Amino acid sequence: MQGTKNQKNSGTVSEPAWVRYLLLTAALAFLALFLLLPLAAVFAQALDKGWEAYLAALKEPDTLSAVRLTLITAAVCVPLNLFFGIVASWAIAKFSFPGKSFLITLIDLPFSVSPVVSGLIYVLIFGLQGWLGPWLQAHDIKIIFAVPGIILATVFVTFPFIARELIPLMESQGREEEEAALTLGASGLQTFFRVTFPNIKWGILYGVILCNARAMGEFGAVSVVSGHVRGSTNTIPLQVEILYNEYSYAAAFAVASLLALLALVTLAVKTVAEWKMNQTIPVTDTER
Amino acid sequence: MSWQSRKNNVLPGFTPALGYTIFYLSLIVLIPLSALFFKTATLTWDGFVAAVAAPRVLASYRVTFGASLAAAVVNAFFGVLVAWVLVRYRFFGKKLIDALVDLPFALPTAVAGITLTSIYTQNGWLGRYFEPHGIKVAFTPLGIAIAMIFIGLPFVVRTVQPVLEELDKEIEEAASCLGANRWQIFRRVIFPTMLPAILTGFALAFARAVGEYGSIIFIAGNMPMVSEITPLLIITKLEQYDYAGATAIATAMLVVSFLMLLCINLLQKWSRRFAE
Repeated sequence: MQGTKNQKNSGTVSEPAWVRYLLLTAALAFLALFLLLPLAAVFAQALDKGWEAYLAALKEPDTLSAVRLTLITAAVCVPLNLFFGIVASWAIAKFSFPGKSFLITLIDLPFSVSPVVSGLIYVLIFGLQGWLGPWLQAHDIKIIFAVPGIILATVFVTFPFIARELIPLMESQGREEEEAALTLGASGLQTFFRVTFPNIKWGILYGVILCNARAMGEFGAVSVVSGHVRGSTNTIPLQVEILYNEYSYAAAFAVASLLALLALVTLAVKTVAEWKMNQTIPVTDTER
Repeated sequence: MSWQSRKNNVLPGFTPALGYTIFYLSLIVLIPLSALFFKTATLTWDGFVAAVAAPRVLASYRVTFGASLAAAVVNAFFGVLVAWVLVRYRFFGKKLIDALVDLPFALPTAVAGITLTSIYTQNGWLGRYFEPHGIKVAFTPLGIAIAMIFIGLPFVVRTVQPVLEELDKEIEEAASCLGANRWQIFRRVIFPTMLPAILTGFALAFARAVGEYGSIIFIAGNMPMVSEITPLLIITKLEQYDYAGATAIATAMLVVSFLMLLCINLLQKWSRRFAE
């Protein structure tokens, strides 16, 4: 450990060996109990009845339609929040204006709202008894207990992910490079795509992958607005709930294992993006 | 001063960018959230109090806040331990474990819920060892706390880890030269530096646990007065078409979330000042 350089003081600059082993064992035991065990359990339960049953559960028409709806939801939510994240971080990170930290707090707001409340607010607006309910019914537009409601609730819960990743990243990069590009005659859009974008691309990937994971996995908010119509308004997490409540445990875990795989892919991509970001940030820091 | 610097800023697009930010923020977040308060405002005061202070609702606050507090305390302790081990020690598979710490952020809550339940029921991998000792985990408040520990696990680790990484080894060496032993150095030098980050992580984990729904309802058992959490009560009211009751409880929860957010912001300001 670090203490080896300083042989004399190693006793007080680092812990005795037995303390180190004790702490290491305790920490790893805690993580094994709370992280590895559940992860292993998902796959063990999913394959409980063998591969055939596993694949059959995934090929169920209701499951396939849940997968389709989840993909549609993520395909709408992620681009919307990506565009917002880039625009918001451009305004917030590259300019200074009064009320900036308050604006950042407002952007973070959906993170501190309970998922159930996030779903409820849309029911209050678009539901039958809500503000727009009678008008929507008169025009035969369904939002709550239909796909648009699911998308809206998902946009809400994933709202801050990309913005909150890009704001500190773009702030740490300053605006010298963009100013140089503009002085050299580049247009605003050229400056963004040729100068800003290469600097933030790993941050964008990081935000997008987390936003996507939440969009595909959101349960509470979606469960309030979905109406749980099989084969039409069920996303993958809701399908897991239905199967589980029907005591088809192996099928429920088979579908859940799709989401667990998604989580593992998310962690892998996130780790790579983080590593790439750390490679790019220190350079600009030392230049200053 | 701040307006001055904006005038000197040659970068384009400030007005449309800020305009779109505020427009989208209002459309998706602010207007829908305000709907909750407008709906609450249509209730009479007595009706509001009757909804948020009914015995079953009060019991759900006790369960939710009690379990959240217990889970946050456990996470504060083990979070510091995990952060310490990840920053200070070298061991096989460290990078992998570091990445895995974020699993509760990435794993959908419904999956976490059914998995934890299957582990802790009486025939489950761990439940079968608890059962003979008369300890029931699944379908009790203890199970709720377990689910909350799972979802709150990354918060303390991820707030304490960077602080420990930046902690200057020289300060510890100085304390050591002045004759402090290892425990004294930890208690008097390292711990006070970590404290703001620990409290921030604690508050984040607590706030997340209070609002959590998906991972809890499977393991909770959902017995009214015993193991029913507040978010579930909102859904129950909605299913009974009691919109007023659901809204009133949601407003109470939202106010608590805002207070927590305020605390977290103050804590973060404090830790930033501490860092400087």
